[in-house]
Amino acid sequence: MSGKHDILSAIRKQTLPSAELPDTGQVGIRYEDPAAQFVAVLPAVGGLARRVADVAELKRELAQLDVRRQAKRIYSARPDIEPGNVDLAALSDPKQLNGLDLAVLCGEFGVAENGAVWVRCDDVIHRAVHVAAEHLVLIVPTNQIVHNMHQAYQRLSFDGPSYRLFISGPSKTADIEQSLVIGAQGPRSLCVFVLG
Amino acid sequence: MSHQTHPELAAAFTADTERTHWHDGALWFVRSKRDRAARSIPEWEQLRELAAGIKAHTMSRLADYLEQFEQNATRLGAVVHWARDAAEHNQIVHRILSERGVTRVVKSKSMLTEECHLNPYLQKHGIEVVDTDLGERIVQLRDEAPSHIVLPAIHIKKEEVGELFYQTLGTTAGSADPQYLTEAARHALRKNFLEAEAGITGVNFAIAQTGGIVVCTNEGNADMGTSLVPLHIACLGIEKLLPRASDLGVFLRLLARSATGQPITTYSTHFHGPIPGGELHIVLVDNGRSHVLGQEKFRRSLNCIRCGACMNTCPVYRRSGGHSYRFTVPGPIGSVLAPARDPKEYYSLPYASSLCGSCTDVCPVKIDLHHQLLAWRGELAAAKVLPWPKRMAMRLAGKVLGRPWLYRLAGRAGRFTLRWLPRWMVYHRLNPWGLQRELPPMPRQSFRQFYRQRKS
Repeated sequence: MSGKHDILSAIRKQTLPSAELPDTGQVGIRYEDPAAQFVAVLPAVGGLARRVADVAELKRELAQLDVRRQAKRIYSARPDIEPGNVDLAALSDPKQLNGLDLAVLCGEFGVAENGAVWVRCDDVIHRAVHVAAEHLVLIVPTNQIVHNMHQAYQRLSFDGPSYRLFISGPSKTADIEQSLVIGAQGPRSLCVFVLG
Repeated sequence: MSHQTHPELAAAFTADTERTHWHDGALWFVRSKRDRAARSIPEWEQLRELAAGIKAHTMSRLADYLEQFEQNATRLGAVVHWARDAAEHNQIVHRILSERGVTRVVKSKSMLTEECHLNPYLQKHGIEVVDTDLGERIVQLRDEAPSHIVLPAIHIKKEEVGELFYQTLGTTAGSADPQYLTEAARHALRKNFLEAEAGITGVNFAIAQTGGIVVCTNEGNADMGTSLVPLHIACLGIEKLLPRASDLGVFLRLLARSATGQPITTYSTHFHGPIPGGELHIVLVDNGRSHVLGQEKFRRSLNCIRCGACMNTCPVYRRSGGHSYRFTVPGPIGSVLAPARDPKEYYSLPYASSLCGSCTDVCPVKIDLHHQLLAWRGELAAAKVLPWPKRMAMRLAGKVLGRPWLYRLAGRAGRFTLRWLPRWMVYHRLNPWGLQRELPPMPRQSFRQFYRQRKS
């Protein structure tokens, strides 16, 4: 505990001018149609977005995706839309997720300004699913697209233990001569279905 | 043996003219992307104001926020450690790993662990550390330090990566296709992820109000590295604190746009407590930060969110490369942080700037970088750590400029002698200023004479 004591007293020894914590409530870009903006932004972050009217159309569109047609091992958090064939409860070790071809997960909401989707990965038995899968599909309701990040945080609360994140596009890197390569460590593609 | 200064190392870098232009262009490309991203947000300047305001407030009550953070993180099941310096940080991380018999670790990007030289420390104690960010992996395989805080391998050409991967990962000889090379690294790193027993990450932001930490990556390596293993060690400097989760709205909007021109990083992961059945250890590191906090002129350097925008825009960084700074964080912000760590060792860095102020203009948290660089020059001169030729030249200049009669006399002497002296007597070893510069042709009259003439 002496490390803590020393650091805190070294900080408290310094006298800094007091400064008010600014209010961040009244800022943020707004769009005429946030859902349309969200769909328009996704290709810029390397992803793909499809608007679907209802679950029936979503099922049809999903079935036609190349990554769905070629997938052998699929985990789905929405069995009513995509049955999937991987039971996460049956995997004793998350490392068995390696080789998962496709994961279908639910997004709680999307953000129009940057194409990010808020995903509660702690709802899934193995939290690595979103990044271990070769391809990722997210489903977000149309009426759950917010304009900007300030609105996003107004919706969020962090009470208990959790593992949640914004996902904007597929895994990517430009570390070799600034050449963008999709599929660095995680999913090689991301398709977001904007439902309703 | 004395260490090499920035001008010496920069001279070695610029000796390859073609590479210097290539490096300059690569960074300017990133800077241009940043400009486009910033312009797409009408409230950009307001965001910068807010970010600077939030940081100023946080720093004014940092000890309280650190305690609040520890309390909340502990409540969520994390274990919080406090490290006074780099050595203590390394010992804490090593103890956590060795107590659990861990010998294989994957690490996602963390400038703090670079600052503390954690990798060599762990390797010395028999623990294998694999950097999993592609750029970091490239420099690790080359046994080098990153040359940029966001783009660690920006100084390396794809042909060189091809050669490196041919030798280390068994890729096809002569292949330099980024897509192919990235795929090869993905395969190799996937194996490392699957063999690892623990994951180490840096931290972009820690939230006092919730006890959570946020890590931003594009590759997903922090998520992968901490979600397949039962042990996650997160290392952060004490300046990474934010009071409220809602403050992230401001900072996540600024970070990626400033860094690479993206609207947000691919993954912005909010860790609250450990993985179910596992452990999360959070190591809070001071390592000189509480001291900088007390320095009024340099305090704002602690606002830095490590976006790298000041490097991408800096005419000196772009043309001298990150390694010429010999410090974990290069560029303008590094040139402010380094002398705070060791003035004697890094005295040449505040001079690695034209003081053009572009760094200050792009900084998302409004650090007054070029003012701090100038202030450091004053501090270093007062502390007498500059080499004697520079000190003598400055003292001489001070004497001449402080006495109008001497200034006039020196001007007259200069105008006369410089016109007639042979070249070798003006440009030689004792005049390092003249190595790459030419004096303008000497005018026949001084400005004073010219002005007086005009008036009459």
